[in-house]
This record gives sequence, structure tokens and C-alpha cells, in this order.
Amino acid sequence: MSKKPSTPDKADIPVATLRSMHLTMVRLRRFEERVAELLCGESEIKCPVHLYIGQEAVATGVCANLRQDDYVFSTHRSHGHYLAKGGDMKALMAELYGKATGCSRGRGGSMHLASPEMGLPGSSAIVAGTIPLAVGAALAFTMQEKDTVAVAFFGDGAANEGVFYESLNFASLKKLPVIFVCENNLFSTHMPVAECLADTNIYKKAEAFCMPGVRIDGNDVSEVFKTARQAVAEARAGRGPALIECMTYRWRGHVGPNYDLDKGLRTKAELDHWLAHCPIRQLEQFLLERGIMTEPGKRRIYESVDREIDESLVFAKESPCPDESELLDNVFKV
Amino acid sequence: MRQITYVQAINEALRQLLERDRRVFLIGQGVTSPWYVGASTVGLFERFPKRVIDTPVSENGVTGVAAGAALAGLRPILVHPRMDFMYYAMDQLANHAANWHYMFGGQMNVPLTIWGIINRGGEQAAQHSQALQAVFTHIPGLKVVMPSTPYDAKGLLAASVEDGNPVVFIDDRWLYNETGDVPEELYSVPIGKGVVRREGKDVTVAATSFMVLKAMEAAAALVKEGIDVEVIDLRSLKPLDGELLFASVRKTGRLVVVDGGWKTGGIGAEISARVVETEFKYLKKPIVRVALPDAPAPASSVLEKVYYPDANTIVSAVKQLL
Repeated sequence: MSKKPSTPDKADIPVATLRSMHLTMVRLRRFEERVAELLCGESEIKCPVHLYIGQEAVATGVCANLRQDDYVFSTHRSHGHYLAKGGDMKALMAELYGKATGCSRGRGGSMHLASPEMGLPGSSAIVAGTIPLAVGAALAFTMQEKDTVAVAFFGDGAANEGVFYESLNFASLKKLPVIFVCENNLFSTHMPVAECLADTNIYKKAEAFCMPGVRIDGNDVSEVFKTARQAVAEARAGRGPALIECMTYRWRGHVGPNYDLDKGLRTKAELDHWLAHCPIRQLEQFLLERGIMTEPGKRRIYESVDREIDESLVFAKESPCPDESELLDNVFKV
Repeated sequence: MRQITYVQAINEALRQLLERDRRVFLIGQGVTSPWYVGASTVGLFERFPKRVIDTPVSENGVTGVAAGAALAGLRPILVHPRMDFMYYAMDQLANHAANWHYMFGGQMNVPLTIWGIINRGGEQAAQHSQALQAVFTHIPGLKVVMPSTPYDAKGLLAASVEDGNPVVFIDDRWLYNETGDVPEELYSVPIGKGVVRREGKDVTVAATSFMVLKAMEAAAALVKEGIDVEVIDLRSLKPLDGELLFASVRKTGRLVVVDGGWKTGGIGAEISARVVETEFKYLKKPIVRVALPDAPAPASSVLEKVYYPDANTIVSAVKQLL
């Protein structure tokens, strides 16, 4: 595991930011817990769904440092990045239901979410596929003389792809404003990371490309926030890219709502260890201890988030499906 | 009108496109090299040092970089100096650039010109000779153009850059020294429109790229024998100008399709199917395909000579139909 400090230092993070990151994480968690329930049995959600539960601190801590015009490129496990960057929850739920009001108009499903106005140009289901796209956006920002940055989120599995290394090299070579955020959840679909990588220290790959690389506790939102804050500031100032490896864990299986303990891929002890290191509970403990949040206040947050989810579900269910006559629309931009 | 070579037309188009629009940039292997891309980029780096970007040999990564820059509002021209190298870039082209507009319900688009150069002959063998137009034509979301004249090279390159979609612009080094009329100002040739290069009444020969030149040579030889060939330059493989082709087939009732790619699953197969689907009753004879044999390109020049079809191959094909 990572070099986790026993008492995370949150002293220099504004209270408003801590509160806002807490709310974001609760939104991500409660939304996906609802989706997990909806996926059980004869579900109306038909598209493959890869849940982010357990990894919320990564998207939250990184995106809390971004402006609306910064770009975030995401993966098949994309709900967290989408919501943390400001994507609309109703449009997300509608997309899971394949509706015309979905954030991708029912053409993408769970793995392909976009919200251009919020700086979400899209997510890809091809492992490592969006990494060079983020580098390209960063190249464009440089050529346009903007101070926006691009973030590529990807899993540990992406470190097995050649294009990951091509992208690190090009970004460093041209000193581009891009932050590579590896969410190391210890599994590449079913395969433990140690069975995939000769060296599982993914952050060390940065050294070969002359860029900063760090490994942090991806379940500590303060650590993610502060690490990303520095990387974003460096990138914005034109000092080039960075690689941040966030150690985390997905609680559910690779795809779908189950914990997959019956499949023999991991032990209950391992899962329990990570459940005990819940990113949300860690932050809540701190907020309650410091009196920043009270138990009734916390309850109100959860209730309000649950109402928002209820509304998104009603919206999704009541929304129309795409019209059959629109099948061939948007193959090309006219 | 002023006459320049095909390669000069490309160079001029690039320069004028870079001049006209600050969103345009040129990226790829060899763009600052005097010889790598056949002198087509000579002088551009000196003129636009920030917008002519030579790259490491990372075809997939660099293709993704170009697509990402297009998503962020630029108009990249990405060059692959040999089409063979584009297999490395297939993921970014087929999975990403081609799908992006559809997959997000039309919200994003990728205005990216992917310039692939066919560079064959000279005993370069199997990995330095390929003509992959059929591969790209198969993929939804990609447009594919193949200019055969200097005029069209300039005009279709401009149209590709102006288009809001990924356009695969394919040229052939065997065309680079051909000369033709080219206006000095920038203009565009519409994507999706073919052109009749020679009117005739007996047989339609529909050809692509360099093979249009061979078809014209064949037509010139055949007219001496009293055979009147209509030559169609397809120019755009996707979208295809079906109406132009169909009208010609209705007139002649005979069709030879000539393409510089492999036969099986190739452009000739697609064109033949399209014609049979709607114009079957006008056909007086079966359609004949002139294409590469289903084999990798050989090195030996003795074998190259029989591998690549030429005007004589087309003459024989036409005669089969009479």
C-alpha cells in the first residue's frame, strides 16, 4: 500500500472545499448505490455498468482543482468523473436508461458519457484510449495560448498498453499541460495487478519520461486534492505534465452490481480491509471531529442527495427513447 | 492555367490552409524532413514553426493527440508517410475518431484530416507498399478521398480540412510528379463527388487514384481499336457518388472497376455490389474487377511487374466485356 499518513493533514484545505468534496463523494456513492439496486433482477438498465464505488476520492479530489473549461477524459468506469466534473445527474441516469435525454442522447450508455459544456469531451471503453486524446487537448491548449489543462483518468490496466507510454513521452517531450491520473484499484478486470505488470509501481514509469510521478493514498481525498492541486498548478504554469498514481479499490466487481466474492478472485478479508478504509467515512470522521459537520447536518446531506437521485430516476424513466428514425443521425457531422 | 505538379499542389494547399486558419496545424512523422514525405512539406516548418510538428514514431499515440486537439477546437492535418504504419493507429482512428460524433449523440466532432501516403514499388515489399483505402472505407464515421490530379489534390485537401469529420485523404507517390492545371488561390473540391474523365459509350471504367491515369492510357489505346471507354474518377470512396456511376452504367451496360488495393473485400467488390443492387437490369455482362492479387507486395522487381496492374491489364479487362 501507499505511504498513508496516520492523520491526514487537511489544515490548508479551505473548509468550504472539504464540505464541497464531501458532498461530491456522497453524490457519487449514493447515485451508484442506487444504480446497483436498479441493476438487480430484471433491470431496465441494459447497458454494461462499471461501478466506481470505493474510488470516489480520486475523481473528487482531482476535479475539485479544475475549472469548468479544463478537460477531463474518462474511461469505461466513468460515472464518478462525470459527476465530479459537474455533469448533470439527470442526464446521466437517463443515459443509463438509453433515453433520448441522456447525456449522450442514448447512443453511449454508461461507458460513453460526455458533457462538453462542463469540460467532459467523452469517455472511452478502450483501455488507455483517451490518454492520447487528453495529450492532444493539452497540445491544443498550448497552441491556443490558453491556461486550461487536461486530465486523463485511467486504471492500472492502462499501464499495460503501448499508447500509455507513447502519450507520456509526447506530453513530457512537449511539456504539455496534462495530468495523468492512474486509479490503481489493484485489478485489471479479473487479473491482479501483479500478474500484469513486471513492476507494479506505476508511478515510477514517470521517471523514464522525465516527469514527476507520485503514488498516494487514493482513498484520502485530502491527499488527492493536495497532490492534484500542485500538479494542476504546475501544468497551468506551463511546467509540464505529471503522473499521479492513486491507490484505491473497487468494492464491486469489474462490471455489474455484485461484490464477486463467490468468483474466487479476491478474499473477504481483502474486501473488508478496503471497506474499513472507506474514503467517505474517513472524511466524515474528520469533519465531525472538527465540528465542521454535525450528525443531523450529515443526515440532511444524505437526504438531499437521495432526493436528487429520486428526481433523476423519475426523469430517466419518464424520458422518451430515441426515435427509430434517428438511427443513422450523427454518423457524420453535417 | 498555371500547371504544377501533384506534390507542388499539396505543398501549396498546406501552405495556404496554414495561412488562412490559425486552427490548422500539420503533425506527423517527417514533416520537417526534406525527403520523408516526398517534398510535399518543404518550406512549411520555416514558415510556421509552431504549427508544423514533427513527431516520434508513435503512430497510435500521435493519432490520438491529433484527434484530441481536434476535440479541443483545432483542425489538425495528420500525416502517415506510409499507409502501412497506419495499422498502429487503427485504435485511435476506428475506435475513437470515427465513433466520437455518433457515440455522444452528435455533441462532439473530430475535424481531423488523416493524410495517408501510398508509397510502393522500388522493391519495398510487403510493409512499405500498402494501399488501405478499403479498410478505412469500411468504418462508419470516416470519409475517404483519393485525388488523382493535382487540381483535386489541392481541392480535396482543402475540403478535408474544412470538413467537420475525420477524413482519410489518400495520395500515391506515383502521382507526385504528374502535372496539371491548378489555380493559385485556395479552393475546395466537394467530398462525395466523382467526375467523368473521359466520355464514352461502350464500357464504363471506374477507377481510383493512380489507376485513373492507367485507365486513361487504356482508353487511349482502346479507342484506336474502335472501343469507346467512359472513365470515371471516383475521387471520393466515402461518401460514394453512386448517381454518377449508375448513370454511366445505365448508358454502357458494362463495368470494369479498377483499384490499387487488394481484390477480396476491396473497393471493386463494394462498387460491384452497389451497381448490382440497383442497376442489375442494365448490365449486359458481368462486372470485372482489376485489383491487386490477394497477396502481400513482393520485393523482386520481376514479381512487382506482375503484381501491379497497368494499362494493359485494364485493356484486357475491357475486352472481356465485348
